[in-house]
Amino acid sequence: MSMLSFERKYRVRGGTLFGGDLFDFWVGPFYVGFFGITTLFFVLSGTMMILWGAAMGPTWNIWQINIAPPDISYGLRFAPMMEGGLWQLITVCAIGSFVSWALREVEICRKLGMGLHVPVAFGMAILAYVSLQVVRPVLMGAWGHAFPYGIFSHLDWVSNTAYQYLHFHYNPWHMIAASLFFATVLALSMHGGLVLSATNPGQGEVVKSPEHEDTFFRDLIGYSVGTLGIHRLGLFLALAGVWFGIVCIVVSGPFWTGAWPEWWSWWLNMPIWRT
Amino acid sequence: MAQYQNLFTSVQPVGPVHHGVDLPRGDDKRTGEPFLVHLFGRIGNAQVGPVYLGTLGVASLLCGIAAFNIIGFNMLASVDWNPIQLIRQLFWLALEPPPPAYGLGIPPLAQGGWWLMTGFMLTASIMLWWARTYRRARQLGMGTHVAWAFAAAIWLYLVCGFFRPIMMGSWSEAVPFGIFPHLDWVSAISLRYGNLFYNPFHALSIVFLYGSVLLFAMHGATILAVGRYGGEREIEQIVDRGTASERAALFWRWTMGFNATMESIHRWAWWFAVLCPLVGGIGILLTGTVVDNWYLWAVKHHVVPAYPLASPVVLDPAILGVKP
Repeated sequence: MSMLSFERKYRVRGGTLFGGDLFDFWVGPFYVGFFGITTLFFVLSGTMMILWGAAMGPTWNIWQINIAPPDISYGLRFAPMMEGGLWQLITVCAIGSFVSWALREVEICRKLGMGLHVPVAFGMAILAYVSLQVVRPVLMGAWGHAFPYGIFSHLDWVSNTAYQYLHFHYNPWHMIAASLFFATVLALSMHGGLVLSATNPGQGEVVKSPEHEDTFFRDLIGYSVGTLGIHRLGLFLALAGVWFGIVCIVVSGPFWTGAWPEWWSWWLNMPIWRT
Repeated sequence: MAQYQNLFTSVQPVGPVHHGVDLPRGDDKRTGEPFLVHLFGRIGNAQVGPVYLGTLGVASLLCGIAAFNIIGFNMLASVDWNPIQLIRQLFWLALEPPPPAYGLGIPPLAQGGWWLMTGFMLTASIMLWWARTYRRARQLGMGTHVAWAFAAAIWLYLVCGFFRPIMMGSWSEAVPFGIFPHLDWVSAISLRYGNLFYNPFHALSIVFLYGSVLLFAMHGATILAVGRYGGEREIEQIVDRGTASERAALFWRWTMGFNATMESIHRWAWWFAVLCPLVGGIGILLTGTVVDNWYLWAVKHHVVPAYPLASPVVLDPAILGVKP
């Protein structure tokens, strides 16, 4: 059995959202549950369709495999399988598996007596995916505005979409999102580094306490957010970054079709400058 | 549902402020009497200060203030010393590096000399701050992990503003100081060298950037979710595993078949955060020095297909020996 030394006492029944005890079991280290079954269904279906799409495509080169959404001319209708229909079904499977995974996390949280912070945080990532692949294409009137499934093809999509607005770095929400992403990495390096530096102080030193952690950052920058606060701050920075990322792409197209550098003209033309 | 979810501190007990653990002999005294800010206490520690200034800190601040002022006054000069226009055009204003004609030479002040001086001051400030980060950890008997993570960010900074310009033989390759101008630099270097998205080190750097955001969301959320078992007492949980660590570990084991430990999650965090600027710096250093066009590089290595050209072939003037 792939159980950790302390694991057995935690493997209790209950906490399920759906299906009662029917799927309340583990396979190896994995908890199954009703939503484990639905996850498996969507993941297998989606992966098979990606493989099918790859088989029908021109290459097995992992970098170049590409499953594109329907042409813009299909609008929001269903497309034939090999002309984007596959992409539509894969998108359904992706959303199905992400949501199943989140609900399975909820069941595991309930089983372990934990808060629901992880599935809620994952919900922000799912929202980002749905915004890119469903909300924005629907607002713009065609599935063809969504990104294709492929390692470098999706990068091409990012590049092409960004240059349609001339210079995406001037998108103010993109600026906020990028700043929050960088801030998250900064905070993560400081948090990881601080905990490691307190517990790995070097030869001959004893392990340090949170008082040392607080003192280090107060000495350095005058403030230490503390052991509990850093996890709230980190979660907030990460989720806020994703949220502004969602805003920056959903406004691009549905609500702003010009060049992003031009967006800033409202600031330059404010009446307060006329003195 | 209306349970306490550990997102905010709802009851703030106010006790005596903490003046910090003792410093070794030879160190200065800490500066400032600590005070409490209620709003800070809603998410983290309410206490602000004291701070340790010290020689390194003061020297770093002086250099930083010098750099900040040189940038500011150059921007002010560029709008004819009009403070209103400084605010109005702030995001557009820049202190630009020297034009290409000066190569790695020393240009006149108004032709990038101020930029060079700012770069020197800012770099001195950052290096002194690094030394301070290292020394503050050592003086408290702690490891130097934060300083070495900071060094990874300094590596990227030096690649963009120092190492790559030297390898390219011109300060003009460096990043300008300014909000929109530095974004223009990012776009320009990507376009000039065949789209940075095809640079594998850029791709890896983005993986670690997004990976870091993912990790902090996962870690932050996990710790908050086991807050009722004292999960945020991480050092204690590392040296003496309690039920908070066990539940946190089992959550991920049952979810994805794998779990970190209370200590190893911080090693994952440190490496993801450090590798982001580390590999990013490698990617920038190779751009223009070793690889002239990342798209053609990717075509050559069968990473991307050769797309049909929409416009007639244009020869790169740089290949024909034209100097910018």
